[in-house]
Amino acid sequence: MASLVGSRVERKEDKRFLTGKGRYTADINLANQTYAIFVRSPHARASIKKLNIDKALKSSGVVSILTGKEIADDKIGGLIAGWAIRSEDGTEMKCPGNPPLAKDNVNFVGDPVAVVIAESLVEAKEAAEKVEVDYKVLKAVTSTADAMNGDTIHEGIDKNLCFDWLLGDRQKVKDAFDKADKVISIDIINNRLIPNAMEPRACVADYNAASEEITLYTTSQNPHLSRLIMSAFGNVAPEHKLRVVAPDVGGGFGSKINVYNEDIVCSWAAKKINRAIKWVAERSESFLTDIHGRDHVTHAELAVTKDGKFLGFKNETIANLGAYARVFGTVTPTYLFGPCATGVYEIPAAYTNVKAVYTNTAPVDAYRGAGRPEATYTIERLVEKASMELGIDKTELRIKNFPTAFPFKQTLVHTVDSGDYVAGMEKAKQMADYKGFEARRKESEAKGKLRGIGVTSYFEACGIAPSAAVMSLGCGVGLWESAEVRFNPTGQVTVYTGSHSHGQSHQTTFAQIAADELGVPIENIDIVHGDTDKGTFGMGTYGSRSLAVGGIAIVNACKKIVEKGKRVTAKMLEANPEDVEFKDGEFIVSKSNKKKTIGEVAFACYLPGVRDEMKSPLPEGDEPGLKETSFYDPSNFSFPAGTHIAEVEIDPETGHVKLEKYTACDDFGRIINPMVVEGQVHGGLAQGIGQALYENAEYDETGQLMTGSYMDYTMPRADNFPEFNIGYTCTHATTNPLGVKGCGEAGAIAAPPTVMNAVIDALGGQEVTMPATAEKVWKACKNLKKSNAKAA
Amino acid sequence: MGRISLEVNGRKVEKEAPDNTLLSTFLREHLQLTGTHIGCDTSQCGACVVHVDGNSLKSCTALAADVNGSKVTTIEGLETNGKMHPMQEAFKKLHGLQCGFCTPGMVMSAIDLLQKNKKPSDVEIRDWLEGNICRCTGYQNIVAAVKEAATKM
Repeated sequence: MASLVGSRVERKEDKRFLTGKGRYTADINLANQTYAIFVRSPHARASIKKLNIDKALKSSGVVSILTGKEIADDKIGGLIAGWAIRSEDGTEMKCPGNPPLAKDNVNFVGDPVAVVIAESLVEAKEAAEKVEVDYKVLKAVTSTADAMNGDTIHEGIDKNLCFDWLLGDRQKVKDAFDKADKVISIDIINNRLIPNAMEPRACVADYNAASEEITLYTTSQNPHLSRLIMSAFGNVAPEHKLRVVAPDVGGGFGSKINVYNEDIVCSWAAKKINRAIKWVAERSESFLTDIHGRDHVTHAELAVTKDGKFLGFKNETIANLGAYARVFGTVTPTYLFGPCATGVYEIPAAYTNVKAVYTNTAPVDAYRGAGRPEATYTIERLVEKASMELGIDKTELRIKNFPTAFPFKQTLVHTVDSGDYVAGMEKAKQMADYKGFEARRKESEAKGKLRGIGVTSYFEACGIAPSAAVMSLGCGVGLWESAEVRFNPTGQVTVYTGSHSHGQSHQTTFAQIAADELGVPIENIDIVHGDTDKGTFGMGTYGSRSLAVGGIAIVNACKKIVEKGKRVTAKMLEANPEDVEFKDGEFIVSKSNKKKTIGEVAFACYLPGVRDEMKSPLPEGDEPGLKETSFYDPSNFSFPAGTHIAEVEIDPETGHVKLEKYTACDDFGRIINPMVVEGQVHGGLAQGIGQALYENAEYDETGQLMTGSYMDYTMPRADNFPEFNIGYTCTHATTNPLGVKGCGEAGAIAAPPTVMNAVIDALGGQEVTMPATAEKVWKACKNLKKSNAKAA
Repeated sequence: MGRISLEVNGRKVEKEAPDNTLLSTFLREHLQLTGTHIGCDTSQCGACVVHVDGNSLKSCTALAADVNGSKVTTIEGLETNGKMHPMQEAFKKLHGLQCGFCTPGMVMSAIDLLQKNKKPSDVEIRDWLEGNICRCTGYQNIVAAVKEAATKM
């Protein structure tokens, strides 16, 4: 039987998406349902003096209006930060309460203060307009860089500082800098982004008064985790009385990891009114209230010798958390950022210091790449600048500082098990025709255009992650993953996974893995996820972990099935279990022609009794049935890596940046389905290039979101991109049996510095902040002209 | 309230609906044709594209009453005898979709492109699809799928 792992298997999920049979949360309608509209703060920072719902209650069709007072009275808990970070001075991080409905204070535009529930959506909207809230408007804090000097947002949190965290050794770094021939320094901003999954968030909550069960359909990347948080911290219902279903989910990119206010409020309110409640975000609400990403202000320095050896690295960053610390809000700018900030290089001494600040803006949390794009942007912009200042070719300088052997003990935290960074660089250069760049630059010049080339070599720590490691670093849960593999008596297989697919193709790739492990045709394998009533508790999908953690749990559960199958076959064929081998779906007794198919074995496992001539095939000690579970906790993170090269052409008359070529050469370890991996790379690149050239979330000084719709926030379109040139090198991960590393975030991690390095190269080394809009680039072109004229 | 009569996916439908009902809402809420998606509130994303009398239209930009009497085709109406349309097949074959949310609008829009331009270039495809936002695919495989479909239609 040909192996499916490594094949371009067409997706099992596609037909329903292509024929309109997908079932997204907003497609769900329940009998007798009501509709919810949230009343949200129009102010970035205010105290609530008075909230009057009398008029709204009299509005047509209103069923109920609930406010922060009721939710506090019912002791419903707030939203939480999932990761405890300690400051350099040993103190615990400072997190404010974040009630699902604000009672006394609002802290960003969109912070919900009440929910209006009515018979129809139109009536709910009309009534919401009649809710009167008397605010005392306070001065908002919106700037990341100045947040520590602003008014105190949360009582008791001085300087709006959640933590002041250090990773690394300041003294060692100082010593390294003292020895340096040259120090390269850089001030950069990692611009705030809005994830913008195409499906707006939504939830439908139902309550069964007889069984006292709440069912919540919601747009979540991790329904089990949502249920845990809503139950343990939200006090919404005990876990066995709360079912969370994340059906088809239209993209997440990290923005659907969090439990949101609306999930908690609708679940709680459905029980209160004893009816189903449906809420669907309008896009403007998504812009205001989905978590945002990035938003760092960084000063970094690299100490180098004159021949280009890196000696030391400093990273001083202010990270904006927004108004509240959410699930991955505190780990994203620390352990997901700091360790990766030294990049793919041997740097003997390094530290990263992060001051995480609160502002009156939407909460900032994990968005595709989470911390690693910010880390890669820091080091790769710095290395590119070093190559300019030292006059050493940008690829040679990188190679000079690559690790020479693996495992590679990276400066700050990680031990990278496998990789070959030089091979990745050489292949990328070849794919991009790096040598031919100078000729292309001259061609552009002849047309009056400026051409630049940019390089990035990155690695990332993903496959999050070994529980022992993450829990020692402050994570509130273990980050293993579960799988359950269940045979039907007639031989088909259902695989339950704790991870969740919202575009990642698990229904196909996980079935490929199980098909190979069990020798069962892929069409007889179903993958089930996204429902806490189906399958074992699991941790969900983020940090490129589904395959490297969840996929391995499937492999391990399949291996247990095969072990049991060997024992059962031995009993059935009167052989020793040690003599039974398994291959391509058959259990074969060695040195004989006796065998059983896995289907026959599965059937036998469900018939443990004696009927006619047939006696129980089950060996003593084995229970009936054929179903196995695995909880897989990896021994290390996984470390994808690669080199990307971009070429841009700039029209100095207009400042327009055209991305001419983009080459990505990645090492993701073993690839299960090349077609799916290509799709993941393309999508990640589009988001990363979007950050570099188009996207930017901007608040004004009063805390109003200036980029709150697709009219103002530039979403990349089809005509913004060239055809991407992608390729791979492959070193297998040594820490998991499939040798896989993860591919979902790489594009978003590597693309921003790659593109910006190319833009800045074209501009003769002038710094431009992301996104490199025509206006900024045009101004830089004018400066360039001036300085060229002076030089002449 | 007004009476809306349409031919939707070859079937005559008549429903009472408030005068301000958008075509997108009418399809999703009144006819339960939930394959047409709503991704924004400013007619930018294109997830709601359907065909009205053969031409693509963002169904959130028209009132149901505006298109009274028209023939409407949605993503649910593309199969013939259980066989997917060549555009749907091409999207499947070339991985032109991931989460599937923008897909119905993308497919409906792409079919209209090929009705108007049988052999579009890459640039023409990218230009035409400018009104459909996809956050997952980076568009590359969508462009490839449209080219593939052009050889089959």
